[in-house]
Amino acid sequence: MWHLPIIAGQVFNGFSVASILLLTALGLALSFGQMNVINMAHGEMLMSGGYLSYLACKFVHGPAAFPCALLTAFAGATILGALLEVSVIRWLYGRPLDTLLATWGISLIMQQGARSIFGAIGVEVVAPHWMDESINITHGWFAGLSLPFIRIFIILLAVAVLAGLALFIARTRWGQWLRAVHQDRDMAGALGINTKRVDLIVFALGSGVAGLAGAALALISPVTPTVGQSYIVYAFLVVIVGGLGSLLGTTLAACLVGLFSAGAQMFTSVSFSDVLLLVMVVVLIQFRPRGLVATRSRALKEA
Amino acid sequence: MLALEGVCAGYGQSRVLEAVGISVAEGEAVTLLGRNGVGKTTLLRTIVGLHPAEQGIVKLNNEDITDFPAYKRARKGIGYVPQGRGIFPHLTVEENLRTGFASLTGRAGGERETIPTYIYELFPLLNRVAARKGGVLSGGEQQQLALARALVAQPKLLILDEPTEGIQPSIVQQIEEVLREIRTRLKIAILLVEQYLDFAWSIADRFYVMRSGRIIDEGNPREREPGSVIHWLNV
Repeated sequence: MWHLPIIAGQVFNGFSVASILLLTALGLALSFGQMNVINMAHGEMLMSGGYLSYLACKFVHGPAAFPCALLTAFAGATILGALLEVSVIRWLYGRPLDTLLATWGISLIMQQGARSIFGAIGVEVVAPHWMDESINITHGWFAGLSLPFIRIFIILLAVAVLAGLALFIARTRWGQWLRAVHQDRDMAGALGINTKRVDLIVFALGSGVAGLAGAALALISPVTPTVGQSYIVYAFLVVIVGGLGSLLGTTLAACLVGLFSAGAQMFTSVSFSDVLLLVMVVVLIQFRPRGLVATRSRALKEA
Repeated sequence: MLALEGVCAGYGQSRVLEAVGISVAEGEAVTLLGRNGVGKTTLLRTIVGLHPAEQGIVKLNNEDITDFPAYKRARKGIGYVPQGRGIFPHLTVEENLRTGFASLTGRAGGERETIPTYIYELFPLLNRVAARKGGVLSGGEQQQLALARALVAQPKLLILDEPTEGIQPSIVQQIEEVLREIRTRLKIAILLVEQYLDFAWSIADRFYVMRSGRIIDEGNPREREPGSVIHWLNV
């Protein structure tokens, strides 16, 4: 029964799950690494992205609908993230437990808000027609393998966002300030960098990317008020496995978690594959307590 | 240009600064002397905006900046070279220098993005290591980078916390020369904390001596002997 196409199909699915995880975890890794903030409401940014893209598709029709939905999800979640930072997170820096509690409360409020507005039952975003197709391989070793365009699109979206973020961090003035604040907050301030503004941008950007993840997820499954909750746990796993504040680590970890889940699900049930995943993470943390890609530096140790 | 009046600061319950009042005039070099642990670094951090003043006023050019965050003070013209140098370890030397441009935000020519050539004339070494990471430089090289980075920000007042600490003698001499250059050619005011008394004495127009959070002596090095303060400094 172990046909190559089935394995390849599962690997492919693993990568598409990894893409969503990556988009969700990027924001967490950035804000966790940069500001020591654990944002429990991050999953709700993903949820908002999903609902926003649903709304956009309701009002805009035709071929522009889906790009418009992506844009709305990104912009909307970015604004939500910025609001959250300005109204709550900013006042709780240096108080990680209070932040945890406050953002958890916000996450509950947002979930109930979504339930009140959209109902407990999920809403569907209809993918554009060209995404209904798939690449079917009929010859050779991989005969029978089918790669849906939707999942290919999600993988490409994640790659594009990752490349965009990496370029932003490596090449732009704000990206350089972001790295400076990350490495030595006091010194960055003493050099004239508005550290609070940098924090705000990091947080808003991370939320926006999570919103994109929500829009992408809406293509393959219905958007429900609790969709964020079901992804946030995995996203935290990715951040822990990847190491704080490292794009490379987060990417590797997202692929690892995605592929591992997909692989384990070939042999066993979904819930038992979660058990195996957690066991793997526990074992991995024993050997690499600071994550796959640990940033080692005297300056960072005190943080 | 810089004036502190009755500044108090501390950590939690313990007071570190007790009603400190000092001033630095335009283009003046002032040195702050004292043993370890008397509050010199805390005082500098309070001026830079990295430590809150509990009481008192910090003024820059007659403007009350006591409640300004660090980045605003930097943009007003305060440059800072901390103890331990504060180099960003994972940024390259050139990127480290470029962060100095952040202070020029909102000033005329603030969008300029090329590092002035006199920086590389003062520190020829930095040109050679421009592409290396700040974290791999030696202590002396990091000190030069920290000085250069502070100069990129075109400060009116340069605050230096023990720039010669833990650095080999040949580079100490080089740093001394650069500081004299900064003072005479660039006309930047300097506030210097230094354990190396001879150097501080020779460069400063005025000195303050601190002891357990208070200023206990001040004067002009031209009129006084280093021997008259040395008992405050030796353990």
